[in-house]
Amino acid sequence: MNYLRQIGAVAGKDLRSELRTKEALNASLSFAVVILLLFSFVVDPDSEMLEQMSGGLLWMVFAFSGTLILNRGFARELPNDCLDALIASPIPGSALFLGKAIANFTLIAIIQIICFPVFGILYNLTWTAQLPMLAAVSALATWSMATLGTMFGALTVNMQLRELMLPMLIYPMLIPALMAAMQLTTLLVSGQPIDAEHQIWLRVLIAFDIIFTSLAAMLVETVLVG
Amino acid sequence: MRDKLIYGAGIFAALYFVRNLYVILLQLPDEAMQGAVYRIFFFHLPPYFAAVACFLGAAFASGLYLKTKLWKYDVFAVSATEVGLALASINLVTGMIWGRQQWGIWWTWDARLTSALITWLIYLGYLMLREGIKDPSERAKNSAVLSIFSFAAVYFTYKANEWYRTQHPGPVLTIRTGKNTIDPAMQAMLFHNLIAFLLLAIVLVAVRMKLEDSQRAVESLRRRAHAIA
Repeated sequence: MNYLRQIGAVAGKDLRSELRTKEALNASLSFAVVILLLFSFVVDPDSEMLEQMSGGLLWMVFAFSGTLILNRGFARELPNDCLDALIASPIPGSALFLGKAIANFTLIAIIQIICFPVFGILYNLTWTAQLPMLAAVSALATWSMATLGTMFGALTVNMQLRELMLPMLIYPMLIPALMAAMQLTTLLVSGQPIDAEHQIWLRVLIAFDIIFTSLAAMLVETVLVG
Repeated sequence: MRDKLIYGAGIFAALYFVRNLYVILLQLPDEAMQGAVYRIFFFHLPPYFAAVACFLGAAFASGLYLKTKLWKYDVFAVSATEVGLALASINLVTGMIWGRQQWGIWWTWDARLTSALITWLIYLGYLMLREGIKDPSERAKNSAVLSIFSFAAVYFTYKANEWYRTQHPGPVLTIRTGKNTIDPAMQAMLFHNLIAFLLLAIVLVAVRMKLEDSQRAVESLRRRAHAIA
């Protein structure tokens, strides 16, 4: 119980400070809308092709704008040596990691909740037919982004090229999760249920989340404390 | 003594390659379907296996580093990763040459090609991370964690891609297929070249480790000189 309270305290602190300044959220959201706009030049926005590309398009938007949020996760703690204070506080590293991952997850989810309707309006698509399943798939894939992003945020926090290194490291590793999310989102946005053939992608997502969350929770103490 | 061993093994590996080349080019017949070009396969699969062995070794050494904090494991991890990346590049390039000849294209977004490229990019990221961290102990610690993550990710990507459709030729070795789909002489040649590549990898890792040791010695001398001045 105590452990959950510690996670909640870290997540709450991060969310409160982000929602007060909104620096990462605003940047990420406007970036997401810009990419959504740019994609209208990549593919004819009125064509049938767009529906087949919708999953890929949306997850590119989330992956790009998500890194802006993930980059802030640990960098937010650098001024005034907050990171040292956090590490010195009497909570285990895994609680600190999970709290930060939950905060990042929530912030990316906010971007998604805004982007889905904007996408639907701009590209004239009805995307709500499979809403509960779409939300579940988004949550699973966003969690994989949040775990890897938070972990690698901790790895790169002291680097000069932090903002460049994070996407360079997480995009190749995220590919299985992003690939699964793209396949499933395309299917669900076009209103079809997940059939037997596509269930494998759901399993890929779940396996990815379990493996990398446990690996990160196990190793994060070493990264932060040494 | 150690130097003599390294260079002796290097000379042996070179002679082994000459012997293998002789058999590959002059003794083995052309393959029934592909003709002469199949010979590049002897320089395609063995480097891949050697690269995976390097990455696996690096991940193990990284785990040991995190447990013991001994420098030698970090030195091994970076050396093995660098050599592995070079071998993976050989695998990619030979594959592309073969693909151009057989499929008429340099590259296709097939599952195995994609996962090989992802592997290559992941380990490139590892080396970039090392470049970017100045403090030696932080560099060793963070890259050890990344190495473990990388191997997990590479394995996961490989598996996830296997479920995806593939146009790459399937496994040919008897241990994978359980049938005789490959000529015994060609299979034996594959193993010969695999041994040669593994030997080459060991020699290169040993040389690279020596280099890393001297680099560290120079670094610490420089730090001491700064402290005095």
